[in-house]
Amino acid sequence: MAEKGYVEITIDGQTVQAQEGEKILWAALDAGIEIPHLCAIREAHPPLGTCRLCFVEVEGEGVVASCVEPVREGMVVHTDGERAKTLRRRAMELLLADHDLECKTCVKEGNCEFLQMAISMKVKKPKNLHPFPREELPVDDSHPLIIFDPNKCIRCGKCVWVCREKAELVPFDFVYKGYDMRLTTFLSRPLGETNCTGCGECVEVCPVAALYFRKA
Amino acid sequence: MKGNLNDLQKQAQEKWEELEESSFTIRIGTPTCGRAAGSLDTLQAFQERIKKEGVEAHIIEVGCMGLCFAEPLVIIHNPDSGLPPILYGFITHEKVLRLVEGFILGDDPCLELALGTVEFKEDGTPYIPEMPRFEIEERLVLRNCGYIDPLDIGQYLARGGYLTLQKALKMTPEGIIREVEQARLRGRGGAGFDTARKWKACYQMERGPKYLICNADEGDPGAFMDRVVLESDPHSVIEGMVIAAHALGASQGFIYTRAEYPLVIERLKIALSQAREIGVIGEDILGSGVNFDIELVEGAGAFACGEETAMIASIEGRRGMPRPRPPHPTEYGLNGEPTVVDNVKTFALVTRILQQGGEWFSQIGSPNSTGTAVFALAGRVEQIGLVEVPMGTTLKEVIFEVGGGITNGRTFKAVQIGGPAGGCLPESALDLPVDYDSLKEVGAIMGSGGMVVLDENNCMVETARFFVDFLARECCGKCTMGRLGVKQMLLILEDFVKGEGTEEDLDMLEGLAHDVREGCLCNLGGSAANPVLTTLRYFRDEYEAHVTGKRCPALVCKELITYYILPEKCEKGCDHCVLTCPTEAIATDEKTRKKKILQDKCVKCGTCIDVCPPEYDAVIKVSPPDRVKELEGEAGG
Ligand SMILES: Cc1cc2nc3c(=O)[nH]c(=O)nc-3n(C[C@H](O)[C@H](O)[C@H](O)COP(=O)(O)O)c2cc1C
Ligand code: FES
Repeated sequence: MAEKGYVEITIDGQTVQAQEGEKILWAALDAGIEIPHLCAIREAHPPLGTCRLCFVEVEGEGVVASCVEPVREGMVVHTDGERAKTLRRRAMELLLADHDLECKTCVKEGNCEFLQMAISMKVKKPKNLHPFPREELPVDDSHPLIIFDPNKCIRCGKCVWVCREKAELVPFDFVYKGYDMRLTTFLSRPLGETNCTGCGECVEVCPVAALYFRKA
Repeated sequence: MKGNLNDLQKQAQEKWEELEESSFTIRIGTPTCGRAAGSLDTLQAFQERIKKEGVEAHIIEVGCMGLCFAEPLVIIHNPDSGLPPILYGFITHEKVLRLVEGFILGDDPCLELALGTVEFKEDGTPYIPEMPRFEIEERLVLRNCGYIDPLDIGQYLARGGYLTLQKALKMTPEGIIREVEQARLRGRGGAGFDTARKWKACYQMERGPKYLICNADEGDPGAFMDRVVLESDPHSVIEGMVIAAHALGASQGFIYTRAEYPLVIERLKIALSQAREIGVIGEDILGSGVNFDIELVEGAGAFACGEETAMIASIEGRRGMPRPRPPHPTEYGLNGEPTVVDNVKTFALVTRILQQGGEWFSQIGSPNSTGTAVFALAGRVEQIGLVEVPMGTTLKEVIFEVGGGITNGRTFKAVQIGGPAGGCLPESALDLPVDYDSLKEVGAIMGSGGMVVLDENNCMVETARFFVDFLARECCGKCTMGRLGVKQMLLILEDFVKGEGTEEDLDMLEGLAHDVREGCLCNLGGSAANPVLTTLRYFRDEYEAHVTGKRCPALVCKELITYYILPEKCEKGCDHCVLTCPTEAIATDEKTRKKKILQDKCVKCGTCIDVCPPEYDAVIKVSPPDRVKELEGEAGG
């Protein structure tokens, strides 16, 4: 039996103790079991759940997003179920198909969390998907410290979350819906004309090069 | 006006009886659907005529009876004639004079314009015995719709309104929930979730304040059930909400509707202020100590805002995007407090359940889907409009008996059920009983009640493309599967209707549909795969025809068809097509005067088909496009 306030679950055959209410993803990561993830923030309640990379299978329940699903006593989790793997792959393929992958000219030079995640998942940019018709948007370099390149954004939403935690007035948010949903600044003003203080929290969490520090 | 409800009710009832028994009444349906058919002109014509002739008659504006195909609808009751009220259809303003002279000034009831007489069931629900559909229909939600004046709370009271609330306020919250549980009511917003279970979860939360939200967003294209109910009988929904509020311990309610429903908003505002005036919402409701008020919220009409977590975000003033669950709104809802979101019809049914008992309700419909289902019947069917039938009625009965069958004697091909994220079912599914579980089994959903009938002239690939296009634009865009998965399905379908797809794309489409269904953050994406999966399942041959044969069997997809004039039928050289063709793509043979389409100039607008006189009927569509060459060859060039 687990201690009070804790539950015991099984992940890939390994017994893991986790605090009640904890999400499967963090219980696994704490125990050293890897599950792909990009949008997850441990402190975010409710979780963002946008990237769809963290699927696992729970016996008796089927496929769940591990960053959303809380642990329950006796839960049996498999990270390598076929369905969960397929869904994780598919989500990554879709994200890659919608990304320019010009890593050679990118400020992060391929050293971003997104690409590393794709590599560790062994997923390449798929050839059999139709190319997404994205229009090139202007890069916003109006801010003294932070550069915003909307073309690189994978819409994980972490920047919006951390910014809202820190700042009263958030200088950017998502606009439009459906396929056209994207991140933009308040009233589409240049970032330099918003109330962005340049604290850099958003840059820290950005898994791509959509938000980065201006080189000195 | 606050006072004893029983007194108010008695007064209202006396007034109603006088109206019904000894007054000349003209009821005119002026909901949004009636207005679209010109009912406001009809109303005005009646008002002017009546005034001119100096007749004493009450003109009452009512809501929608569901018989939208025959709009504008008028019900005339002349007690002196000894006849019951008579329902007339298609009463455009030109026909008003005939009715006034015939039945109002004279004693000719103008039966040639009548659809039938209005009779009343034991419980007071009006029906039209001359229309066979009423033998199948059972109107619990639509009971008052189209007969009472939605702007007069007195008429609602006269028909027993708010007495159920009075009774419910004396019950314990557990007692109310038990009644709903016994009724086995499932939410009418689409997913068919067990209402009592949801209420229990919220009731058991020991935090507060608790909130109650009525989901009147109704974003499905072609759906108008909730609009009709709110425009025609708003108090039945308000009453259900107050009953629910008492059961949950909720102190504040919201009705969330879209700004595109101006008449709903206008009528709800009046209904809410009348309800406040007689003390059925507000503080200390009917002296019970229960406090509950309702605020109207106007959304900007985004489809995703119909999803409950997005709706909550929108009411909080944030961007209307769904969020992952758990936690469920019953635990963490509006402002983080316990919240229940239910559909308009769910609340209307709660009123009926508390009035007549959960046991009574559970006897209607099928065992796992009790009560009635309301559908907005549209498409290629004779009697377009609202339908309310017991759950478990077969699709065939709904389409052919209630709906009157397919228009123009064409053949049924499919029925698209459940809104944009619903499924397309073929003829073999016609015997299926309409209920939550049966529909789910065949890949469709009950949804909130859209039912579009398709005939042989509808292409199923194009139909799938149409719905996926809607979903790709209207989904929130928050998660990868919804934003990119649905869009990718659309890109593939766009290729198919152009004849550009491959077998590999067909497999990809199917794979994507399964992944999107399972991998989406909210139920929208989850069901976005339905139009694709059901058309693939039941109409795969049509996909194959597009992909491998480069041909559209229904002759719909523009890039896969050509127009051709049959020389043997184009006899008279009438020139109709030549004169209307916008691109001068029709040539005339000097000698025979017969016409021929110049394919390189033709833009496939279809005007020539429309204008070719029916006695010749010489223009046809062919697919694949090259087929026209063979025909030209056979005809001798
Ligand atoms: C994309 C999307 C759109 C929805 N639109 C509506 C709607 O227009 N009306 C509605 O009542 N429910 C809608 N729902 C369902 C609601 O989320 C919720 O389940 C419902 O309001 C619960 O009420 P019920 O229990 O009475 O069915 C929608 C769900 C999704 C995923
Ligand atoms: S990490 Fe779970 S959805 Fe992104």
